[in-house]
Amino acid sequence: MKSPAFAYAKPRTLDEACGLLEAHGEESRIIAGGQSLVAMLNLRLAAPGLLVDINAIEGLGGISVQGDRLVIGALVRHREIEQSGMVAENCPLLAQAAPHIAHVAIRNSGTIGGSIALADPAAEWPACCLALDATFRLVSKKGERRVAARDFFKGLFATALRPAELVAAIEIPLLPNHRSVFLELARRRGDYAIVGLAALARPEGGRLHDVRLAYLGGGDAPILARHAMQAAEGKPPAADLSAELARDLSPLADLENRAATKLHLANVLARRALAALAA
Amino acid sequence: MDHTSTLTLTVNGTKVSRTVQPRTHLIDFLRDELGLTGSHIGCEHGVCGACTVRVDGTIVRGCLTLAVQCEGKAVDTVEGLSDSGELAQLQQAFHERNALQCGYCTPGMLVAALDLVKSEPDATRERIREHLSGNYCRCTGYQAIVDAIETVLVHRRKEARA
Ligand SMILES: Cc1cc2nc3c(=O)[nH]c(=O)nc-3n(C[C@H](O)[C@H](O)[C@H](O)COP(=O)(O)OP(=O)(O)OC[C@H]3O[C@@H](n4cnc5c(N)ncnc54)[C@H](O)[C@@H]3O)c2cc1C
Ligand code: FES
Ligand code: FES
Repeated sequence: MKSPAFAYAKPRTLDEACGLLEAHGEESRIIAGGQSLVAMLNLRLAAPGLLVDINAIEGLGGISVQGDRLVIGALVRHREIEQSGMVAENCPLLAQAAPHIAHVAIRNSGTIGGSIALADPAAEWPACCLALDATFRLVSKKGERRVAARDFFKGLFATALRPAELVAAIEIPLLPNHRSVFLELARRRGDYAIVGLAALARPEGGRLHDVRLAYLGGGDAPILARHAMQAAEGKPPAADLSAELARDLSPLADLENRAATKLHLANVLARRALAALAA
Repeated sequence: MDHTSTLTLTVNGTKVSRTVQPRTHLIDFLRDELGLTGSHIGCEHGVCGACTVRVDGTIVRGCLTLAVQCEGKAVDTVEGLSDSGELAQLQQAFHERNALQCGYCTPGMLVAALDLVKSEPDATRERIREHLSGNYCRCTGYQAIVDAIETVLVHRRKEARA
C-alpha cells in the first residue's frame, strides 16, 4: 500500500524542529531513519499531517567519549555503531548486539534514537540501554532534560517522551572492567527476536559481580530481570534461574511460541550468558 | 502547508529534477517518475529486499526511503550498475549458476551482493547468507545464489593475488 499524503519539513536546527513539533502537536511526527515509520505509513498504521525530518540537524550525530561516558547522537545509524572502532573498544555490548538488528540495508538507515523513541519490546537497543544503565538526553522547546533508561521505557511502545520532545543523544557509562554478552534467538537472521538478552558483569575469580540481565521479547517492554540478577550476584555462573525469571518476565505468546516456551528460552539464554561472562 | 516539493538528485550519474509529493517513496519515484523499472516492489514494508538500491554508496530499502529524503544525493539502481559494468561479474555468475528463475528478486539480490563483494572480499558462505538475509527469493532456494556470489568472490580473490 501507499502512504497517505502528508506535508514535509526539514528543519536545520533543533530549535526549529521543536518549534514545528510544538506548533503542530499530535498532527506532526518526527522522521529519522524511517525504517519503522515509513513501513507504518505504507501500511496506513500512521497518518500524520506533517513529517518533521530531523536528518539535517547538526549536533544529533556522532559518537564520542566524553569523560566517563560514551555519547551517541540520536541520528547515528545502527550500521555506524556496528562498524565503529570507538564503540567496539568502549562498549562492546553495542557492537555485539548491532548485527542482530534487521538487515544491512535497514541498518544503514535506521537510527539508535528512532529505536529508543519507538520502544519496541523486541528491539535490541532499548534492552542494551537498560543493561548499561544509559541516560537519554531529551530536548524540547522547554530545554533539555535527562532521563535514565530505567525510567524511560513504560510499556508497549510507550516511553517517558513528552509531546514535542525528541531524543537528542544516548549517554552510556564506561564499564572497563565488565564483560558483556549479547544473545538472541530468532527464527531467521534479522527477524525481531523471540527472546534476547543483553548481559553484563564483572568477573572475578570465577564469580560474577554487578550482574545485569536485560531482556528483549520478555514482556511488553524491555525488562531488567532484577530477581535473576540478584540470584546471580557474587556467585559462579548459575545453572538455572527459571524461578526468578518467571517473576521477572511476562512474555507475550505469539503465533509460533507460547509464553512458557519464551520463559524457557530466557532461562537458556541466561545460563549461556552467565557461563560466557565467567569464562 | 505545501504538499509538493521540488527534488533534485543524481540518478545513475545523471542529475534530475522533479516535483514530488513527500509521500512518494524512492522506489515509486524511480519506477513511475523516471521509468527505471529494474528495481522491484514486493512487500512495500521493508521485508523482502526487492527494492534494494544504493544511495550515496550504501544499500537501502527503496520502499522505506522517501524520495524527498534523497535531495542532493546520488542514487544507483540496477540499470546504472549494469551499464557501468560494475555488476557484470555477478550477472554472469548468476546466469551460469542458475541463480534466478522468475527474476523478481534478482535486481535487489545483485545490488545487495555487490555491496558485499566490494566491502568484504574475504566473505565466507556464512557471511554471504547473513548479508542477503534481507532479500527474499521465492524460487531458487538460495543455494544457487550463494554459489554465484561465492564464485565471484573466489574469482576476485584469485585476480587480486595474481
Ligand atoms: C524488516 C524490518 C526488520 C526490522 N528488524 C528489527 C530488529 O530486529 N530489531 C530492531 O531493533 N529493529 C528492527 N527494525 C526497525 C529498525 O531498527 C528501525 O530503524 C528503528 O526501529 C527505528 O529507527 P528509525 O531511525 O528508522 O526511526 P523512524 O522510523 O524514523 O521513527 C520511528 C519512530 O520514532 C520516532 N522518532 C525517530 N527519531 C526520534 C528522535 N530522535 N526523537 C524522538 N522520536 C523519534 C518517530 O516519530 C517514529 O515514531 C526492523 C525494521 C524492518 C523494516
Ligand atoms: S518492497 Fe521494499 S523491502 Fe519489500
Ligand atoms: S528468482 Fe523468483 S523470486 Fe528469486
